[in-house]
Amino acid sequence: MSVKANYIRPLDIRHGRIDMNHGAGGKAAAQLIGELFFPALDNPWLAQGDDGALLPLPEGGGRLVMATDGHVVSPLFFPGGDLGCLAAHGTINDVAMLGAQPLYLAASFILEEGFPLADLKRLVDSLGAAAREAGVPVVTGDTKVVEKGKGDGVFISTTGVGVVPVGVHIAGCNARAGDVVLLSGSIGDHGVAVLSQRESLAFETTIESDTAALHTLVAALLASVADPAAVRVLRDPTRGGLATTLNEIAQQSSVGILLQEAAIPVRPEVDAACELLGLDPLYVANEGKLIAIVAPEAADAALAALRAHRLGQGAMRIGEVVADPHRFVQMETRFGGRRVVDWLNGEQLPRIC
Amino acid sequence: MKYIDEFRDGELARHIGERIAAEADPSRRYSFMEFCGGHTHAISRYGVAELLPPNVNMVHGPGCPVCVLPIGRIDQAINLALKENVILCTYGDTLRVPASDSLSLLRAKARGGDIRMVYSAADALTVARQNPEREVVFFAIGFETTTPPTALVIRDAKRAALTNFSVLCCHVLTPPAITHILASPEVRDLGTVPLDGFVGPAHVSIVIGSGPYEHFAESYQKPVVIAGFEPLDVMQAISLLVRQVNDGRACVENEFARAVTREGNLKAQAVVSEVLELRESFEWRGLGEVPESALRIREAYAEFDAERRFGLTYQPVPDNKACECGAILRGVKKPADCKIFGTVCTPENPVGSCMVSSEGACAAHYSYGRFRDMPVAAAEQAEEAVL
Repeated sequence: MSVKANYIRPLDIRHGRIDMNHGAGGKAAAQLIGELFFPALDNPWLAQGDDGALLPLPEGGGRLVMATDGHVVSPLFFPGGDLGCLAAHGTINDVAMLGAQPLYLAASFILEEGFPLADLKRLVDSLGAAAREAGVPVVTGDTKVVEKGKGDGVFISTTGVGVVPVGVHIAGCNARAGDVVLLSGSIGDHGVAVLSQRESLAFETTIESDTAALHTLVAALLASVADPAAVRVLRDPTRGGLATTLNEIAQQSSVGILLQEAAIPVRPEVDAACELLGLDPLYVANEGKLIAIVAPEAADAALAALRAHRLGQGAMRIGEVVADPHRFVQMETRFGGRRVVDWLNGEQLPRIC
Repeated sequence: MKYIDEFRDGELARHIGERIAAEADPSRRYSFMEFCGGHTHAISRYGVAELLPPNVNMVHGPGCPVCVLPIGRIDQAINLALKENVILCTYGDTLRVPASDSLSLLRAKARGGDIRMVYSAADALTVARQNPEREVVFFAIGFETTTPPTALVIRDAKRAALTNFSVLCCHVLTPPAITHILASPEVRDLGTVPLDGFVGPAHVSIVIGSGPYEHFAESYQKPVVIAGFEPLDVMQAISLLVRQVNDGRACVENEFARAVTREGNLKAQAVVSEVLELRESFEWRGLGEVPESALRIREAYAEFDAERRFGLTYQPVPDNKACECGAILRGVKKPADCKIFGTVCTPENPVGSCMVSSEGACAAHYSYGRFRDMPVAAAEQAEEAVL
């Protein structure tokens, strides 16, 4: 459905706001999609204008991966990124963490009445740019509008589809005692960057979110090992941070994990911000890092491959998988003691004294 | 981080650990209580206990302000939010503390209470200024560390003639709690305290100074070493305590001299005594009623006292019977001695006060140290299997 541009007044993107008409499925909705979404996300599947995207079956066999992720970050814009690119990266990474090549994205927007079109354009442009850069187009989408007060500006849900090559078997349950735990770079950057912009906290910092699509890093990692089965588990430590993600893996694989605190990279700025706010970087969210658990014989090659990639320059070997019926994640502290690194409990709230 | 990393140096820690091991008399046991949750957290998080010889034992004290807050006080705050419809400003740690009717401030928020997390008392005052049409109550908790900021905002609110701001004052005092532990029923029954000395408060002592501890060090003959909250501070304090015990001394020593003086912060003390006064008695979770252990708002500032403003009465609520928090807070039992530890009572669903905040003895042991219990449990099971 397209509207003759010459006969209607174009969207006032600079001053306009979302109103209920934009969600009513009529002319206003078509205009919003035609003038704001199509140019930003531009690709032939979306341009077909149908309710879904008609896609060719992937060649060469393998298995399909599908993943979905809702994005509700507040504030919408933060140092190093925004909700738009985050919505692309988050889902691309979920697909990639199963060893898949991500192929397509779908995006669903829940817009709150009164939301400025200028901000919406920034977010959709950012989503489009991130998708283009990753080579994973947004091939279908949806927009809905809710009344003022029923949403928080914009929520974006994205779904991704990808293909896992034959021979790759990556899953959270694959870790075995003796495997090596690799981390692609410093932790806590995203969470601290977002927190620094919260109205109640606002502190000045140079920290930027690490938000990035990690599928090329995964491809480089898989290419570095002789047998793809040597890459056992991949996961991006988002909400709950490194600690929670490792606990998930320990649980799924029925193993323990022993970390070396001294090997876990944390930027000094992130460390200082966490110290001030009473947070532990192990539990702070990341959006551009991955944990790779690999067979011991493949560890050196895998680490070298990560470090050779733009997104893995700070990669470190941070620990190993051990046999442990209690499935504890433990850490040798820099101080010389040993402790449990537990699941994140509740929301990470700052301590007061 | 300058001035922080130096106090987390693993190499130095090993040296101090070796010194403690060399000086500790192998024929006796040493039990020291770290009063503050900040120390408990540091000990657990950095694994300090692993660096101590087996006969030097740390007992976690009641110095976690969230843990000692009784259910009845949380109930008052929840009622203010749900029934009086105020904006309730609170520190983040209190949000998850279990209260009556399976509620907590977090759950009261989910039921529509306007409960907002603030980082400081001053933030609560800002909320009051921004919402002149609403009643705003600051739920003030904590030891002497957080008391001066509360007193300051009450004074500022009076100077600014704010009419929509008040404080639910639940500030408690450290020295009466330590005295209470030393004079607990177990002490009368056993005739002795199972404690050989105290690692004294860090931030609290910056405000009150080291002077207030001198009285009980002398009258109860228990050494006190005031220590900072970094792991090396704690190690150094333990080393000094071992020496005092070996020498038969019981005095106050100050390891945290970079921040603590004998007199403390006189300005802060003056503001506190201008605005607040002693309560005759106050209920502590786990310790019960402790005389002269808390502060209330003076008559001159009555309009900023939420208890007076909303006519609140205090309704004590008993702790769960199976909960051993009282004995754990007094240093008589360890978290793993409690029947419900780690089964019914976990950080996700805390029953007792010590499981509530990460600074609580049970939560710290659960989150950071419970692996130490496990080989023991496994060995016992194996023995049972053999039998």
